Amino acid sequence: MHMADALLSPAVGGAFWAGTIGTIGYASKRLSERLDDRTIPLMGVLGAFIFASQMINFTIPGTGSSGHLGGGMILAVLVGPHAAFLVMASVLTAQALFFADGGLLALGCNIWNLGFYPCFVACPLIYKPLAGDGRSARRILVASLASGIVALQLGAFSVVLQTLLSGKIALPFTTFLLMMQPIHLAIGIVEGFVTAGVIHYVRAARPEILDSSSSSAPLAAGISLRSVLIGFVALAVATGGALSWFASTHPDGLEWAIGKVTGKDELPEQEHGVPAALKNVQEKTAFLPGYGFKPAAGEPKEKTRETQTPAWPNVDAGTSLSGLIGGVLVLAMVLGIGWAIRAFRGKRSAPPSARPGL
Amino acid sequence: MRFEAAYSGIGRLDRLSYRDTVVHRLDPRAKVIATLLFVVAVVSFPRYEILSLFPFFLFPVLIGALGDIPAGFIAKKVVAVSPFAVFVGIFNPLFDPGVVAIAPGVLVSAGWVSFASILVKFALTISAALLLIATTSFPGICRGLRRLGLPALFVSQLLFLYRYLFVLMEEAMRVVRARDMRSFGKRGAGTLVFVRIVGTLFLRTVERAERIYGAMLARGFRGEVPSIRRETLRPSDAVFVLAAGCFFALCRFVPVPQMVGRLVRGLAG
Repeated sequence: MHMADALLSPAVGGAFWAGTIGTIGYASKRLSERLDDRTIPLMGVLGAFIFASQMINFTIPGTGSSGHLGGGMILAVLVGPHAAFLVMASVLTAQALFFADGGLLALGCNIWNLGFYPCFVACPLIYKPLAGDGRSARRILVASLASGIVALQLGAFSVVLQTLLSGKIALPFTTFLLMMQPIHLAIGIVEGFVTAGVIHYVRAARPEILDSSSSSAPLAAGISLRSVLIGFVALAVATGGALSWFASTHPDGLEWAIGKVTGKDELPEQEHGVPAALKNVQEKTAFLPGYGFKPAAGEPKEKTRETQTPAWPNVDAGTSLSGLIGGVLVLAMVLGIGWAIRAFRGKRSAPPSARPGL
Repeated sequence: MRFEAAYSGIGRLDRLSYRDTVVHRLDPRAKVIATLLFVVAVVSFPRYEILSLFPFFLFPVLIGALGDIPAGFIAKKVVAVSPFAVFVGIFNPLFDPGVVAIAPGVLVSAGWVSFASILVKFALTISAALLLIATTSFPGICRGLRRLGLPALFVSQLLFLYRYLFVLMEEAMRVVRARDMRSFGKRGAGTLVFVRIVGTLFLRTVERAERIYGAMLARGFRGEVPSIRRETLRPSDAVFVLAAGCFFALCRFVPVPQMVGRLVRGLAG
């Protein structure tokens, strides 16, 4: 479920890059504050380990198809969320470069989808409370299954959202969602079983690895998280607003070409395919269509055509606004997650941070 | 089989990146920035745009040619990663049935046009990313990113990953080979065996990390990977970024193919 450059708009890609960079900075800062030198080589080799493990295929029971590991959950449980996020980010960067999985603009989205959700949402909010002290095999299994499913559902939903906000495809929101979520439910279940199995195996062989990571605090409270969130707000809004400026700068090249070929500026209404198709799609998706507003039902036709052939520089309110809405949505997501983590931490007293995660 | 193919693909990309050509000699920062500008420019085109994207092929073609990178190798890798984009884009023709004339008398559904646009963008962006690594090398990109302000901790993470990537892949490959020789068809390749393989690999990894840490301590490691390489931007790097940026801006804002077409028709008629 790697996102691809070709499906992204610069505004969406930029907003998620901003979020990812912000989170990398935050995790690096948090980690280096209480870093044991020993963690650096461990994280590096673990990255190579995840990279290699993802290439091992295994047969999924009952289906006969083959799957491979995601790894975010395993890492988050074994080495703690901050280290796990950096390891996942480095693995995805290496894959984006060596395999061109997705591409460079989409890398921000991919790190977000496959790293942020397991490390900062599923692990602290679902795995930790469910698994408790991690001594019971059944609790580990339940916790791994639940967190694996949640992480992959969030990731898949994020892919759908990013694709649709980018407006490059015609697939309606609900259809795409109905295709993606069930597939990733299955993948999440498998990932959950594998996570539980690996954690159980490691626990049996080297219990001290798990004990040291569960004693480190999952997320820091207070100023650092807040300032990162504020920085992210600013970045997301700025990139979303500024980049969508470039999103549709001149009339569709195709329309332009048609005009040249036929020698007319406008084709007769019935052959005027692209805007008609655009409108059709807008009506179907209705959720943040293309760029700009969906025309109100009663509006005269002339006006909608005007809005669809803007001239450079295209700074009309509709375009910049949808970029801003995209940024604000990501922001709302981050704030919601931050709020949820805070609420969760408020309920439980913060565990004493003894040793940094191994 | 897949494992071996992927492994050799990475190895080949890595070896290509240590050649010595004009492109390889450019500063990593210059190449990273130019590639990012390229990707943003390509992706910023609206969904029905195809023609105006074509001039952008110049960039990967030039880099590939000047950098002495085999085109077939890059093309094969681009095709190998295309399934997701194709899978999502193939629905465009179904859900976007408006009719468009792509040439006088040739009518096509608008969805096919936007699908084709996705494929063109895909080929452009993916080949640019592959060419970046093939002409810059992974450690080179890491150094460039460090200079561009990425946190030191994350950059050393990337460098460590790269250092042990091949070691662990070879180890995993030996394990997979052993598993495949002991299993018949699908039997023996199930989840349970996989879990044990990953568990074993994880423990071996942790133990390896402990040995590496000991060795690094003995060599004076103090928490950061030092680099003695001094890198300064040369005039040629600045010229490269400027030229690339101007070219992308030109292709982005001026419909070059249409102008060329008009020019040709003007000359002919």
